[in-house]
Amino acid sequence: MEEKLAIAESKENKIHDKNDAVIEIKHLKKSFGSKDVLTDINLTVHSGENVVVLGRSGEGKSVTIQCIVGMLIPDAGTLKVFGEEVADLGDKELKELRMKIGFLFQSGALYDSMTVRENMEFPLTRVLKLDDKGEIDKRVEEVLEAVGLAEAIDKMPSDLSGGMRKRAGLARTLIIKPEIMLYDEPTTGLDPITSREISQLILDMQKRYKTTSIIITHDMECARITADRMVIMDDGEYIAEGSFDDLHKSKNKLVQSFFKDIS
Amino acid sequence: MAEEITIPGWKKWLEDIGEQVSFFIRFVKNIFVGGFEWSEFVRQCYEIGYRSMMLVGITSFIMGVVLILQLRPTLVEFGAASMLPKTLSVSFVREIGPVIIAIICAGKIASSIGAELGSMKVTEQLDAMDVSGANPLQYLVVTRILATTIMVPLLSVIGDVIGLFGGFLALNLRDHISLSLYATKVLASLDYTDFLPAFIKTIFFGLAIGFVGCYKGFHSSKGTESVGLAANSAVVTASLWIFVIDAIAVQITSLLFYK
Repeated sequence: MEEKLAIAESKENKIHDKNDAVIEIKHLKKSFGSKDVLTDINLTVHSGENVVVLGRSGEGKSVTIQCIVGMLIPDAGTLKVFGEEVADLGDKELKELRMKIGFLFQSGALYDSMTVRENMEFPLTRVLKLDDKGEIDKRVEEVLEAVGLAEAIDKMPSDLSGGMRKRAGLARTLIIKPEIMLYDEPTTGLDPITSREISQLILDMQKRYKTTSIIITHDMECARITADRMVIMDDGEYIAEGSFDDLHKSKNKLVQSFFKDIS
Repeated sequence: MAEEITIPGWKKWLEDIGEQVSFFIRFVKNIFVGGFEWSEFVRQCYEIGYRSMMLVGITSFIMGVVLILQLRPTLVEFGAASMLPKTLSVSFVREIGPVIIAIICAGKIASSIGAELGSMKVTEQLDAMDVSGANPLQYLVVTRILATTIMVPLLSVIGDVIGLFGGFLALNLRDHISLSLYATKVLASLDYTDFLPAFIKTIFFGLAIGFVGCYKGFHSSKGTESVGLAANSAVVTASLWIFVIDAIAVQITSLLFYK
C-alpha cells in the first residue's frame, strides 16, 4: 500500500514501560496454502491495556489471536506471551499458558448440551480442578451476577438470546480469572443496543478483573468504547496505530473508510 | 501464471490414514493420563446403550421371526424341521446378530456422535474447550469410544436373546414347540466357541463405531454442510469397518476353533 501511515504512538503507549509488555509480536507471518494471511505483524500489548484490532473481513485479524493462544503455529517471526515463545511451548506449558488467557469466540461457543451453570462449572472443575462445591457455586453466581445473567443460571444455551449467549460466553472465560482476554468480534450479529451493552460490559470487566485485552472487531462503536489503543490491519500487516481520536484524524483513505459513519 | 499444486488422491488417503492412527494413539494416551470423566462416561453409556435398546430389540426380534419363516420351508422339505432351533441359534449368535446389531448401531450411534462433534466443531465449542486448557479428547472422545466399546457388545447380547425369542414365537405359531424345549435345544446347540468369538468381535465393532464417529466429527470442516457429511461419512465408514473386522474375525475363529 503506497500511502502507508507512519505508526503514531498513542499517549497510552508512550507511558508504558518496556518491561510490562504482556504480548510481544515481531514480524509474524502465517500462510494457508498459497495465501499469505499475515505478512509482517508487529504488536506489543502492555499490562492492563485494551487494544482493538480493526480490519476488513478475511484480513487475518482472528488468525493473530489464534496464534497467541497456540491454536495456530506461525510460519515465521516471534510471538511471546508473558515472555515465553508460544510456538516453543510443550503441551503442559501451553495448557498452563491457556489458563491465563480467556478467549471469547464470535458465537460465544457455549457447550449446548450443558446448562449455563454447567458451562460455568466446566472450566472450574476441568481446568482449575476445583472440587469444593461451595467455592464453585460462589464463583459461578458471582460471575453471572457480574455479567447480568444470574436469572439464566439453569437455562440451556438454546433458550438464550444472542446477547445473553455472548454474556454467558464472556462469563465462562472470566470465571478462571484470566490475565489476558482475547475477543473475536464480540459484537458481530447483535443489534446496536445490545452491541453497545456488550462493549460496555467488556470495559467494565476489564476494570473489574484488571485484564489485558485484544479485541478483534469491525464495529467502530465497540472500538470507540473499549479501545485504549487501536491498530488497523491491511494486507496482512498493521498499517496504522493510535488512539481512537488519533486515527479519526488520519488522512489515510483506508483508515478514513472505517470512520466514515462516525461524526 | 503460478501453477496450482494439487495433491493426488492417494496422498490424501495416506494422510487421512496417518491422521486416524495419530488420533487413535491420542485416544489411547488420554485414557490413562489426567482424570477419567466418569459422569460423562456414564451419561454416554446411557445415551448409547439404553437409548438404542428399543431399536436393537425390535430389529433383533424381527430378524429372529424372519429367519425362522425363511428357513422352515427348506428344512421341512429335507425333513430337518427339528434342526430349526439349532440352525437359528448358531447362525444368529455367531454371525447375524452381532453384524446386524453393529450395523444398526453404526447407523444410530456413529452418525449421532459424528453429527454432535461436527456441530460442536462448527460452533467453535471444540476450540473453546481446547483454548480454555480443558482436554476435549478426554471429555468427548475417550468417554464416547469407551462407552460404545462396552455398550455395543451388551446390546448385541440383548439382541441375541430377543432375536432367539422372536424365533421361538415364529416357530411356535407353526410347530407348537414349548419354550422350555426350544430353550433346551438352543442352549444344547451353543457352546463357548459360538458365543465367545462373536462377543469379542462386537467389542471391536463398538470400538470402530465410537472411533469413526469421533474421528469424523472432530475432523469435519467448518460449515453447516460438513455436519451432515460427518454424520454420513461416519455411518458409511463404520459399516465398512464392521465388515472388515467381521471378515478378519471369521478367519481367526475358523483357524482357532473350526479346523
